[in-house]
Amino acid sequence: MINALLWVPLAFGVVGLFLPKKAVGWWATLGAVVTLVIGVIMAFEFENGAAGLQDTVHTMWISGLGVEYSLGIDGLNLFLVLLTAVLWIGGIAFAAFRQQDRPQLFFFLMLAAETATLGSFLSQDLLLFVLFFDLMLVPFYFLFGSWGVDRTAEGGPTAAQATLKMMIYTLIGSLLMLVGAIATAIVSAHGGHLNFSIEAIQKAGVPLSSQRWIFWFFAAAFLVKMPAFLVHGWMPDAYKAAPLPVLVVFSGVLAKVGAYGFLRVVLPLFPQATAQFQTVILLVALASILYGSVMAFTQTNVRLIAGYSSVAQLGFITAGIFALRADGSDGAILQMVNHGLVVAPLFIIVAILLERTGTEDLRSMGGMAMRAPVLAALFLIVALATLAMPGSANFIGEFYILNGLFDSKIVFACVAISGVAMSAYYALRLYIGTMHNRKPDGVASREISLRDGVILAPLVLCILGLALYPQLILHRADPSVQKSVAAVTEPSSSEEELAVSK
Amino acid sequence: MAGEGFVAPHIDYAGLAPLIALTVGFVVILMSGVFTTTKRWAPGLAVLTLAATAGLLLWKWDDDISLVTGALRVDDLAISISLIAVLSAFTTILLSVRERAADEAGHGEYYALLIGSVLGMVLLAEADNLVTFFVALETLSIPLYILCATNLRREGSLESGLKYLIVGSLGSATLLYGMAFIYGSTGSTDFTGIAHGIEAKGMLHDPLLLIGIALAAVGLAFKTSIAPFHQWTPDVYQGAPTPITSFMAVATKAAAFAVFIRFFVVALGPEVSDWQTGLAILAAISIVVGNVGALAQTSLKRLLGYSGVAQAGYMLGGLVVATEKGVSSLIFYLAIYLFMNLAAFAVIVARERETIFGDDIRGVRGLGAERPALAWPLTISMLALAGLPATAGFIGKLYLIEALVEGNYLWLAIFIVGGTMISLGYYLRVIAAMWMTSSEETASAGAQPIIAGASPEADPIDPEAGRRWYLVAPAILTAAITIFFGVIPQPLVEFATHAGASLF
Repeated sequence: MINALLWVPLAFGVVGLFLPKKAVGWWATLGAVVTLVIGVIMAFEFENGAAGLQDTVHTMWISGLGVEYSLGIDGLNLFLVLLTAVLWIGGIAFAAFRQQDRPQLFFFLMLAAETATLGSFLSQDLLLFVLFFDLMLVPFYFLFGSWGVDRTAEGGPTAAQATLKMMIYTLIGSLLMLVGAIATAIVSAHGGHLNFSIEAIQKAGVPLSSQRWIFWFFAAAFLVKMPAFLVHGWMPDAYKAAPLPVLVVFSGVLAKVGAYGFLRVVLPLFPQATAQFQTVILLVALASILYGSVMAFTQTNVRLIAGYSSVAQLGFITAGIFALRADGSDGAILQMVNHGLVVAPLFIIVAILLERTGTEDLRSMGGMAMRAPVLAALFLIVALATLAMPGSANFIGEFYILNGLFDSKIVFACVAISGVAMSAYYALRLYIGTMHNRKPDGVASREISLRDGVILAPLVLCILGLALYPQLILHRADPSVQKSVAAVTEPSSSEEELAVSK
Repeated sequence: MAGEGFVAPHIDYAGLAPLIALTVGFVVILMSGVFTTTKRWAPGLAVLTLAATAGLLLWKWDDDISLVTGALRVDDLAISISLIAVLSAFTTILLSVRERAADEAGHGEYYALLIGSVLGMVLLAEADNLVTFFVALETLSIPLYILCATNLRREGSLESGLKYLIVGSLGSATLLYGMAFIYGSTGSTDFTGIAHGIEAKGMLHDPLLLIGIALAAVGLAFKTSIAPFHQWTPDVYQGAPTPITSFMAVATKAAAFAVFIRFFVVALGPEVSDWQTGLAILAAISIVVGNVGALAQTSLKRLLGYSGVAQAGYMLGGLVVATEKGVSSLIFYLAIYLFMNLAAFAVIVARERETIFGDDIRGVRGLGAERPALAWPLTISMLALAGLPATAGFIGKLYLIEALVEGNYLWLAIFIVGGTMISLGYYLRVIAAMWMTSSEETASAGAQPIIAGASPEADPIDPEAGRRWYLVAPAILTAAITIFFGVIPQPLVEFATHAGASLF
């Protein structure tokens, strides 16, 4: 089952390479739907309340190097997998409705990207995780570079240049992570046979002196991916270059892999280092919240408003994880799903607006709501969810995060609250700027077409559904989260023995 | 003496069989050069020779025999490296079909020299004492000096041959000087004898020996194009006929690394603490110089030349740690290096004949839309050289880094990672040219070929070159193998572990 989930998208993509141009988009959509169906079946079979991995696969992959093909699902990744499957349908279907250049290759790369992303969520072997984490970038490199937008007219970089910048930024982190992963396995093997299994490494324990530097190698990879403040340099250019259907999944899911990596790898494997550097990461997270929010206030390009709001939101999620309380991490997982669910429709709406207005500049938009009440209503729900309106799942997520943060670091919590307030401003600014005000010339205020509605409505329904029943995620995530966080807060006996033996 | 009779020394013909096959092939092909119809069968004879050699090599797999009173050792290390050389020569023959250079130099000579060079490589991989080491190295190099200059009407080719000859001789002389010191201080030419000599006399930190080791390392660094002894590489790579460049890039590097490993691990093993740091520094320099040098290149052959310098730096890391895992990782990397590079070179050859741009990066613009059968192999080759996952390049880097971290050379592992980041800057540029720029610009460019010293008459354009099976098939096949070993690396890892274990 779990194998099917992982490889179905890629298989559909490979077959799609040989299909005629008109059919391939629908074939790809079908592939994404099949993936979601498998994911949903797995979610139904998921045993509630268990902390351990379920539906696992273990096969030796490269015995000489100690690398295992090992997958598994638990409360940490279950809903992120579902989020991935849902958003990919959105992105692919949205692209399938429109003419694409070289569609076979486009959809192949989209589906390959889905497999790579699912792979990084499902991997339970440290090296397999690193492999998929790096692999995710390759399809996106081609998608951004070949189907992206050149900004040379406005003095910006070409799509290829923007993408190269993104590749170099993100691979700096990822490659250091590769060294870190290998070092982790070697120091935890204590001279014995190498094993990259995350569980096995956690049992064996990593010596504190190594934890300190390996922690940063991993943190670098994850923070760049999010992106966090100071390492976000690739984000504006890449977001401006990206084709919008691709940005739907890129912004919706890929940023989460970084946050997820902290929960899956860093907390369990480097608990002492995590406790030691908690404040530093929290500072970075707070800086991301403040910086992202302030930038989202001032940008006029709608893509960048969404992009910087992501920086702020991811800052929130990181703060939740590094509260090192179960509450905070529960909230972080809920918020990861929430954010994916709001940012994806946001970019679809941006794409729709772009078609209607021909511009991405907020100042030359407006008045859209006049003749497009359905579009405006859908957008309003998304905007209200973004600003964490009480009643939305985002409110619950942020509440949990802040709750966790209050328990551990009250000062940080006070600053983080300002982020909640600021999100209201940029979300409403975006909504008002596009939908209200006077309609400028050249803006076609048309109702959302049925085909786009078919994509947008289910995503908005997901938002509403989660708002009504967030326990769906919280209940299933909690046991696994407790386990990850407990690794830091309650050092296990084996680690104490390790400390004693030193 | 009656009754004793004359006893001929025992000769193990079975062990020598691959060398004999190559020698016979060399002579026959050269002799066939006197016939005018050679053009047709010289390549065929060469393929036949290589096939026979490969068969005989595989037959000896898992053996460990010492030949000619210890001058040669046929073990899995030697066989694996010989196979790499044979495979590379085979691809070179395919790429040489309709190559101007072969026409101009005479087919008999061209292919005979190629086989002669392979002979040197097999000999070098088996060399187990200083004399065979040196003789083999010259047997390998001299045909290559000539082959580089076979494109007689092209200035660049002649320059390349001359430059390679001069620098190569300098390298050989340095190496020979080093060998003299080593022989002088240990009193033996046998690799094992040298090791015994060092241990018996307690020669750790002996200055005479250290000078010898340093000079030998420099000589070998010339051959493996490790910075700062790499300056010839880009020029020679660019000037030589492209099929020959591919052969030099892959086979020469593999053979030189084979003897590098054997000499340093077997003969100088007891001295490991003395040379380890020195080689590590060379590797680090090579990684930085190669990667930074490649950034500004517009000629694909030069770019691959510099990338080869950087990759040699990565590979040297496997030798630095001098562990079984390190040596295995180096052999693994050499094997995948064969496939990664040949895919790229096959595409370059095709584009050289197809467009007016020669090996300039402009020649691959818009290739993704125009010739996907060429664009994919080059893309995969670049991704693999950059070490991205799902290609064998990733596994190769993983293997090397694992060996380095285990061998307490974490800093060198970080150098490899840093080098890889820089390398994205040029590998991805090639990919961007293929997929992210349109080929319309190709048509509007000037009509004069831009290969140094070339003329349109000398280099007629074959607009169908990109569809010829003998160029497309090797490109696709090597790229497919690169992906295959990226997804299922286990067989190749076992092969490399086996080969590496033969020394320990």
